[in-house]
Amino acid sequence: MISNDTALMAHLLRRAGFGASRDELERYLAMGYEGAVDTLLNPTDPGNMPDDLIRRYHVEQSELRDLPGSTAYWMYRMISTACPMEEKIALFWHGLFATGYTKLNQARTQLNQVDMFRRSGLGSFEDLLLELSRDPAMIIWLDNNENHGDNINENYGRELLELFSMGIGNYSEDDIKECARAFTGWTLGNAEYMAIRAAKDSIWPYGRIAWHFDYREDDHDDGEKTFLGETGNFNGEDIIAIIVKQESTARFLATRLFQFFAADEVSKAGENAVEAMVATYFSSGYKISDMLQTLFHSDYFKSGEARFARVKGPVEMVVGAIRMAGNYQNPSLGIEKVANNMFFMGQGLLRPPTVEGWHEGVEWIDSGALVERVNFVAKELSDVKSPGVRSIIDRLETGADDGVLNPSDLADGCLDLLGSIQVSDETRSVLVDYAARLGDLDLNGHQPGDQAEQRVGNMLRLVAATREYQLA
Amino acid sequence: MTITKREKSLIVIQLSGGNDYLNTVVPYSDGKYYDSRSVVNISQDKVIPINDQLGFNPSMGPIKSLWDEGKVAVINGIGYQNPNRSHFRSMDIWHTAEPDAIGKEGWLGRAVRDLDPLGENVLTAVNFGRGLPRALGCPGVSVASVGDLETYGLFPDVQDEELRMFTLEAFSRMYGGAAGRDPVMQMLGQTGQDALQGADILRTAPAMYSSSVEYGPDTLAQNVKSMSQVFHANIGAKVLYTQHGPFDTHSGELPTHAKLWNEVAGSVGCLMDDLKEHGTENDATILIFSEFGRRIKDNGSGSDHGSAGVAFLIGGAVNGGLYGEYPSLAEAEQIEGDLRSNNDFRSVYTNVLEDWLGLDATPIVNGQFEKFDIFQS
Repeated sequence: MISNDTALMAHLLRRAGFGASRDELERYLAMGYEGAVDTLLNPTDPGNMPDDLIRRYHVEQSELRDLPGSTAYWMYRMISTACPMEEKIALFWHGLFATGYTKLNQARTQLNQVDMFRRSGLGSFEDLLLELSRDPAMIIWLDNNENHGDNINENYGRELLELFSMGIGNYSEDDIKECARAFTGWTLGNAEYMAIRAAKDSIWPYGRIAWHFDYREDDHDDGEKTFLGETGNFNGEDIIAIIVKQESTARFLATRLFQFFAADEVSKAGENAVEAMVATYFSSGYKISDMLQTLFHSDYFKSGEARFARVKGPVEMVVGAIRMAGNYQNPSLGIEKVANNMFFMGQGLLRPPTVEGWHEGVEWIDSGALVERVNFVAKELSDVKSPGVRSIIDRLETGADDGVLNPSDLADGCLDLLGSIQVSDETRSVLVDYAARLGDLDLNGHQPGDQAEQRVGNMLRLVAATREYQLA
Repeated sequence: MTITKREKSLIVIQLSGGNDYLNTVVPYSDGKYYDSRSVVNISQDKVIPINDQLGFNPSMGPIKSLWDEGKVAVINGIGYQNPNRSHFRSMDIWHTAEPDAIGKEGWLGRAVRDLDPLGENVLTAVNFGRGLPRALGCPGVSVASVGDLETYGLFPDVQDEELRMFTLEAFSRMYGGAAGRDPVMQMLGQTGQDALQGADILRTAPAMYSSSVEYGPDTLAQNVKSMSQVFHANIGAKVLYTQHGPFDTHSGELPTHAKLWNEVAGSVGCLMDDLKEHGTENDATILIFSEFGRRIKDNGSGSDHGSAGVAFLIGGAVNGGLYGEYPSLAEAEQIEGDLRSNNDFRSVYTNVLEDWLGLDATPIVNGQFEKFDIFQS
């Protein structure tokens, strides 16, 4: 039987992390729910694989010049981190403030942006928007280097309001222009040259040159501006201070956080949680971790309705399976191929298709992507040589009275140990029938890779292929 | 605008990385070519001439034979205004037919939606190779992505056939079972069944096919062979897509480019022989394109990202010949050191969509573009 506490903790870790093995779950269970939420929302030492170790195995992760090496580098962080929320929030902002390699040809600058999301992604939304507006990757991505005092380029000003904070319908076209004016002069060092190099995708003759923020006072329009009804000689900081005060900003942010961390759709009951997050947004001084704390402690989040109410994104799918199997904990050739799998499933890390990010939820699923999802996870979890799978086998053995599992025990045990997965009666009966084909499973004296162990691997493969496993 | 309805298939070979136009269709009588390409050039005695000015790369022998049969349309100077030299962005532009805005739907995804509006055939479009190109991406459009036709489907790594069968059977029961009223579970169930159905049909393709043509061992040739198998299985696959590369020849270009074109020309030659053997020469057209051409001046070993390129349409129904003008290499005509395009790629898309697939091109390519007379009427 799956205990309620365990199931709730597994739910929390699917949202605030990438799912958890039973060992990891037990560590969080020992903290209690409240303690676990606190620990997750206050990342300390993630215990990253050291860079010098990675570089010994991966030349391409040294300069971090190209897309495959840089994607793999981020993958390592997600796979091995002891602070999964830090990576999850970075992934959230990467999807919301979607910045793509396609235009930048500058992977390290993107990884710097991801680092900024780790650093500031759980802090104040005002600080985060300020950092974002000074982020070189974002500046080139949305052409703010072309936003001049005497000739504005609205791209960043528009998306800041539409996609990054308030949402469409809450401001006028004039507000966009005034917003853009306030961000004139926010550019990067040697912007003209860097933009040409990016457009030409040039690595000659110096490789990629690091970008940094530069404020050009002489290119800034210091004139009077009227933005959302307020008037003054606003600069970018002033605009952001006005944006974050808006009710629409609070609601936009609460809803996006809810959809990523709670459920794809905001139901009537979910609306209460969003309201509570809006209130926390203002009472905490726009603090993102406090909003998430409100969410994770809400009745909605703890209720059955929120369980498995999201379609797992490809990154969650791949990283979750690898963490569960306990693989790639050290530099291993082949990590780039693993990273490719997320792209095959429709989510190329560091290369979101547009500034809108990925279309999530049910749009992750099409027949090609489903085949990739099932095949990848099924292969990862059915390999009885993987440390995580070995641990599942051992737990199944010790959990059974005399080391013997009947078909229901085997099906239920695998569902439980893969993260307290709840399935429909129909799905469960297929799993039990599948186990029953070969009768009871005797794990006494099992040896690595023998037939008894392989039967567990086969069951894990089938669980990984269920409809329910597609959900988080 | 006249639209002819035909039951025809389009076979796309994407050359990824930026194919060097100047060394593919070589302006061998133009001194400026040899001046700019002091190292990375195809010498006059190696070029396969197609007229007094232009010749094919020496690796393109099989395509030259098809040219002689009048089955190759060479579309010169293809591209778009304000060229973008980023691989990804430029490929996105080609895929979405949106040079100015960021496009959301692939042009062929849209075409598939129009070809099969009710989504009755899960295999109207099949991609060979993993990862869906954006050209085929469109919400609600089912596209199968086949890494390896022999093992395509679910659980390819399960070696034991009996176990695989039992696992597939269980999958089928799990995805076919009642989903209740939950729309997400319903959608997952339907998609899982589509995937199974697609796999079942595709797996039968190799058995239904026989041919005396022997394709090469390289990945492209094998993918093209799979395309032929699926095409000849008569399962209604109308768009078949694959890609080849990398054509990003910044250094050591000559041997790399020669090898790549050997593979492309060899595969195309085999496919055309195969179609001929099956009497289907007039039922398939091959489109070959790349995201951009390369810089006019070489860099001493290779060439950097450029602008205008070349596309090919090849098939029994094609009016062979040269289309559009070869861009001038004169300095005054260049655009930032690159060839200036004079044919919008969406013209060729319009040709293919209207005259080959029988669709209304305007909503697919986001506008009206003048087309050539490439297809036999």
